[in-house]
Amino acid sequence: MTRSRRVKLQLFRGAVFLVLGAFVLAPIAAMFEFSTRGTKVDSPRTLVAWTNIVNTPDLIDAIVASLELAAITSIAMLVLLLPTMVWVRLRLPSLNRIVEFLCLLPLTIPAIALVVGLYPISRWMRINVSDSILMLSIFYLVIVLPYSYRALDAGLSAIDVKTLSEAARSLGAGWGTVMLRVIVPNMSSAILNAGLLSVAVVLGEYTFANLLNYQNLQVAIAYVGQVSAGTSIAVSVASLLFAFALLMILSFAGRGRAR
Amino acid sequence: MTSAGEPAVDPAARPVRGGRGLPLTWLGVTPFFVYVGLFLVLPSLIIGSGSFTGKDGGLSLENLSDIQKPYIARALINSITVSIASALAGAIAGALLAYAVATGNPHGVLRRTVTSASGVLAQFGGVTLAFAFIATMGTIGFVTLFLKDHGIDIFANGVWLYELSGLTLVYTYFQIPLMVLVFLPALDGIRPQWREATESLGGNTWHYWRCVAGPLLAPAFLGCTLLLFANAFSAYATVAALITQGSIVLPLVISNLFTSETGRAQPGLAKALALAMIVIVAIVMLLYTLLQRRTSRWLR
Amino acid sequence: MTAAQTGVEVRLEDLRRSYGGVTALDGLSLTLAPGELVALLGPSGCGKTTAMRLVAGLEEANSGRVMFGGKDVTGLSANKRDVGMVFQAYSLFPHMTAAQNVTFGLQLHRVGAAERKRRAGDMLDLVGLSGFANRYAHQLSGGQQQRVALARALAIKPTVLLLDEPLSALDAKVRARLRDEIRRVQLEAGVTTLFVTHDQEEALAIADRVGVMREGRLEQLGSPTEIYTRPATPFVAEFVGLTNRMPGIVKFGMVEVRGTQLPLVQQDLPAGPGTALVRPEAVSLASDHDAVPGPLIGTVIAVAFLGATSRVTVDLGDMTVLAQLPTSQASEHPAGTRVRLSIRPDPVLIAREEKAPAEP
Repeated sequence: MTRSRRVKLQLFRGAVFLVLGAFVLAPIAAMFEFSTRGTKVDSPRTLVAWTNIVNTPDLIDAIVASLELAAITSIAMLVLLLPTMVWVRLRLPSLNRIVEFLCLLPLTIPAIALVVGLYPISRWMRINVSDSILMLSIFYLVIVLPYSYRALDAGLSAIDVKTLSEAARSLGAGWGTVMLRVIVPNMSSAILNAGLLSVAVVLGEYTFANLLNYQNLQVAIAYVGQVSAGTSIAVSVASLLFAFALLMILSFAGRGRAR
Repeated sequence: MTSAGEPAVDPAARPVRGGRGLPLTWLGVTPFFVYVGLFLVLPSLIIGSGSFTGKDGGLSLENLSDIQKPYIARALINSITVSIASALAGAIAGALLAYAVATGNPHGVLRRTVTSASGVLAQFGGVTLAFAFIATMGTIGFVTLFLKDHGIDIFANGVWLYELSGLTLVYTYFQIPLMVLVFLPALDGIRPQWREATESLGGNTWHYWRCVAGPLLAPAFLGCTLLLFANAFSAYATVAALITQGSIVLPLVISNLFTSETGRAQPGLAKALALAMIVIVAIVMLLYTLLQRRTSRWLR
Repeated sequence: MTAAQTGVEVRLEDLRRSYGGVTALDGLSLTLAPGELVALLGPSGCGKTTAMRLVAGLEEANSGRVMFGGKDVTGLSANKRDVGMVFQAYSLFPHMTAAQNVTFGLQLHRVGAAERKRRAGDMLDLVGLSGFANRYAHQLSGGQQQRVALARALAIKPTVLLLDEPLSALDAKVRARLRDEIRRVQLEAGVTTLFVTHDQEEALAIADRVGVMREGRLEQLGSPTEIYTRPATPFVAEFVGLTNRMPGIVKFGMVEVRGTQLPLVQQDLPAGPGTALVRPEAVSLASDHDAVPGPLIGTVIAVAFLGATSRVTVDLGDMTVLAQLPTSQASEHPAGTRVRLSIRPDPVLIAREEKAPAEP
């Protein structure tokens, strides 16, 4: 393109990045600033809010619970979804559209609406099965379905599942071997993708936990925030950094895969 | 029927249909359907039937007609207003940012950083975001104090952060990265040849945007805006953490029904409101899907 | 019925273009006679596309001039130059029908609605797509899309028609047919045309003149016959058509290659070793029944059937040689048979570079 048009474009891009960059970074910078404030206006910067995190048992319990929920949900998602998707592709391709529809359906149902229908079920389970917060992972599976389905679907489409499994079967492999030793290793980045997305979603989840009366990470942050804003902001920053680290791992794992 | 007319049975045949194969093959997908049935279909049925169940347990439309009650109707209108406003603001700002990214190096650091950051920030919503904005623009927020030092009191006419305008601003924060994520593929689909063809045929920048790029991107832009609308409309965590008093938007009305007297007395009301939300979002997502189909036909 | 336009002379004067540290075009000068089709041929990175984009006005030259019919257009932006362009891919606007694509340029040139319709119809007839006016790009095959693109480019009666590897993205069979179509249409329209390609067969088949480019410069400009039979440099000899590289010794104005004396293209070459570039058509085969080895005795290792001719690969022990013969003759020497080669004494070029130029 001509020089003058190129210059105009670069000016435009610079302006956009500057303005929107400031808008996006301001709250993040503010969180850092707020969580390191001293008690008075002219006190020096302090990490009291951050060290308070370990001193707040509710917060620690909630962090542990959320991490456990994240792990359980991711694994349960893989165990439920991956075999089903492979099975549909290989044996029941006519069900493909239905499975896809059902997996993407949660995208169109707001969490705040769905929880209204889940409340009676949750109450029944609390009474008859278990009172533990880990029961939440059963409900979280519904929320992570769309993201995981998309990630796994992309991975399955990239490898020719039919040919691979037929080749393995013709060599004598049973279905378990086909899944574990043929399919899974060939879509490791898609599986990692689905898993990390699930973890990110579970760690950020508030609606279900709050309305079903469980204390997970986000509920704890909100609760502590009413007492000590600095501490809860410190935890927020930590969880943000964690999520960002997860996504960075994702993008590197995705690129590292030799093609 | 002669014996010659009977088909020979192939012993090695795959069990694709017939009584022998049917149960085994379907067994593979049973866990999935059981799960979805219990935790997706069942709650939906509970919502559906509960919406039409009156206080006395019989079939009734009183829950749905209660939507006309002033405080509920206002909350619904507020929800829609905030969603439209944040969707438009996020769509325009997000589209500009996506354009700035798309016109740069496709493999460059800038693009990868912006897309990764958008991936994180689009999920940022909720409690964390609300607190971040309180830290930024709350009464003792970073920006508030900074402006106060320079003589500008942004809350001179009331603390608007905890009202609809503040909510719109906070929502816009996660709408922008979401727009970047969903609109960027459409921008990538615009081929440089179309610009060059327009120029060689005698058109200038204005002609290009008005006759080529504009019409090509319009369905994608509209579809993404609808997606942003659904996103804001469904949001709960952010507003719950930001606005602790009152129920100015529909999700707050629903959550309050969980703990209030009215909610216990009239369990069908929350379900009716949930149904209303589901219907609205479903319609929006349907339109989005239709527009996406047009876009992918042109901008693969 | 379109009356042929009178074409316009297009002149490129010493065009130079570099980006960063890379020189894309290093002083290209070329004159296209009115109505002529010149093909710019070369490997990727040789500057042929850059040259075309400078003519189109899509990029600015660092120095040099572009003239259309004696008028200096170097400073004009692309939309004021009246050039018709066909791209390698994504030529058509996807949201417009074929007819709308063709009338788009006419709209920009403020042609009235009735006249637009008439001209679009004429153009689509010209490219043989009369019934396809209301089809969208995704409803057309690759070849049809390129034909619509051609119609669109010609509709505005451009000063020069620029084709940027228009056939590269198409299937082989479509390519050959469309290539002839493009030539027919171009002749009928009488428009001066620049055709950029990396496929030497294409260039030789349809161009009035071919310019072989390498590293930003024109290596040779001439008719297809000239380029093929009298290549000016080893690069041209190897890029256009196949060549056998056969080591030999130059002395007394001839080169001795494996016992055969061959005349030289360059009469006054200094004596010494060099590589003779021999065309496969100059090599012929005869059966050899003696067991006596010789410099031109070898074994056939492969026969490639190309239709009327066949290409025979012969292993001489220390090198392989390609011979191109009529298929009836080649069938006498199937793989595994011993043959004696003879080289027709056409003038050959001598290469004195260390290694062969990069594959096109």
